[in-house]
Amino acid sequence: MADTHRPPEEFTLRMLRYDPESGEAPYWDEHTITLEPHRSVLEGILQARARFDGSIGIRCSCRAAICGSCGVRINGEPGLACHTHLDHARDSATDGVIEIEPMGNMPVIKDLIVDMDAVHWKKVQRVTPWLIAKQPVPEREYLASHESMVDITQTMACIQCGACVSDCLAMEVDPGFIGPAALAKAYRFVGDPRDAEHDARLRDLAHDPQGIYDCTHCFKCVEACPKDVNPMGQIMRLRRIAGSDFKIVDKNNGERHEAAFTTLVRDHGLLWEAELLPRSYGGNSRWGKFSPRAGKELISSLPAILKALARGKVTAMGALKPHKIPKRDLESVRSIYDRIEGREERYELNLYVTGHDEEEPTAAAGAGSAGSAPTTTSTEGSPG
Amino acid sequence: MMRVAYWPGCVSRGFTPELHGSMAKVAPLLDIELVELDRACCTGAGVIAEHNQELADTLNARTFALAQQVEGAEMMMNICSTCQGAQSECQERLDASAEYRAHVNETIAGEGLAYEKGLANKNFLWLLVEEIGLEELRSRVKRPLTNLKVGPFYGCYIVRPRNRLGIDAEHPRDHYLHDVIEALGGSVIEYAGVRKCCGFPIITMNKEASLKQAGRHLGDAVDAEADCLVTPCPLCHLNLDLQQPLAERAVGRQLQMPVLHLPQLVGLALGLEPKELGLTRHVVRPAAVIDWSTSVVGAAAA
Repeated sequence: MADTHRPPEEFTLRMLRYDPESGEAPYWDEHTITLEPHRSVLEGILQARARFDGSIGIRCSCRAAICGSCGVRINGEPGLACHTHLDHARDSATDGVIEIEPMGNMPVIKDLIVDMDAVHWKKVQRVTPWLIAKQPVPEREYLASHESMVDITQTMACIQCGACVSDCLAMEVDPGFIGPAALAKAYRFVGDPRDAEHDARLRDLAHDPQGIYDCTHCFKCVEACPKDVNPMGQIMRLRRIAGSDFKIVDKNNGERHEAAFTTLVRDHGLLWEAELLPRSYGGNSRWGKFSPRAGKELISSLPAILKALARGKVTAMGALKPHKIPKRDLESVRSIYDRIEGREERYELNLYVTGHDEEEPTAAAGAGSAGSAPTTTSTEGSPG
Repeated sequence: MMRVAYWPGCVSRGFTPELHGSMAKVAPLLDIELVELDRACCTGAGVIAEHNQELADTLNARTFALAQQVEGAEMMMNICSTCQGAQSECQERLDASAEYRAHVNETIAGEGLAYEKGLANKNFLWLLVEEIGLEELRSRVKRPLTNLKVGPFYGCYIVRPRNRLGIDAEHPRDHYLHDVIEALGGSVIEYAGVRKCCGFPIITMNKEASLKQAGRHLGDAVDAEADCLVTPCPLCHLNLDLQQPLAERAVGRQLQMPVLHLPQLVGLALGLEPKELGLTRHVVRPAAVIDWSTSVVGAAAA
């Protein structure tokens, strides 16, 4: 830990200042502070406030990456100001000046403080973020498997800092999207065997046009989260459980799209795009394209389709005929499908729980590692 | 000559045939020998993993094992950001646990296949920079893309998450597209959408939001005065080019922004003709929109 003994250095912070009540536009403000390089960006901001300008707005409390108050954007990337070292921040700056902005997708109250109530907390409330106990309530404690509780600790690690909300690219164009933090919270209860309302929760989130199927799978939240909650991964698990275990066919084409994709790869080995789209709307069979829903979609996409045909990008024959892999290989692919889809329980490796086994040196073995055994996701309690 | 096990993906042989075609034309000019993995199946593009993680891991382990059987191949190469991301996700799990790998290998053992930990799998973009090298690439340029203002569009799957994709200070893979454009003699245009989502994954679920994403990034590139965009992802290409007429309606403005596949941009600079690179097949034809008169490529494209 030689770093901690490095002498103080000068760091320049460029902060985006804005006071909506002033009627002035946002502006950039620079201050040079002096601190040891291992100290945090938050400490830098607080020093600037103490030494140069008492009106700098920043929300903070614990200064130890656990309260989730000081979410900001540092050099364009979301994170906790108290969890980012000054020297690291300077290294990632384009011109050596650490640029600090308020988080995105939420209105600014003042400077670096955003309105978490208006966006983040409303969305969390939307997913009924409390346990609805199974009845009858047992006389003593509920019994839940150790495995299932370890599994949901990942979503329980969320500190509600809003970093994932800040950078959600679906929310950027569709502000009503329930979003990564709230949906990760939803998994916390869907994954909890003590909760009585898995079915209702999933139905609600699957049918909502701004629910689980509105996520664009961009990994922004995965990258933004300072606590490794993997919100997008939790959304994918909600989809998996909704579609496969609860057989929920949502009105947003989410389940149909997934089923059509998976079936087409089973049938042909490769994706057949011309068939995927109509099936996603009309249903997962060769007749899907004749459904009224598919017809309506076809008409609205006609300009793009005609243009593609006119350019020779897609030929009519090419679109009508799937490209396939050799027969022998297709049989192998199908046998993989049969074997895995035929399992009674899905076999799911969760690296958050198991860790990477071979990277640990032997000396560290037994130091709290949960071992490498894959966890299985129980489908117990699901209907059908 | 560098021999690679080549995974072209599905879309490059379906709705963006010009991508597969241009890669085949460009490879010999870079001394890359492509051994096509024609027995392998779709990566699942994240959708099969969403349905069943073990299924996606096993299908991709089969592809990895097939790649490892290609004699003399130094690595596996793909031309699709989404394939790269989907495969990297499966590979991360397979490489992390010997027990899990053994479990998955058991399923493909019937075919005489087994995946061994540690396959190198690189998108053409990574291979260009890390294996061929920017200097070498520069030395092979016949028609520098002088005065061509190119906006990079990476595609989410190839830039996030950084750890899984091996992006760090030594391998700034999320900057390679910038480096390649410059090596080819073009000018890089920075705009807000460089590393954002094209919207394609939700085109069937929320078409309006999907097209708004595509339209917004294209519009930002127009405002930044880009002549064209370049992408290593055919799925991004579908939303940015094929759907551009609809994206224009979604954002209420004219866009007319040509989008090139990475091998097409490389091919132009290496002296190939726009037509043989399939540029005439795009919905927004680069030759019709770009002011080629100020570019060295101009004469060829006119």
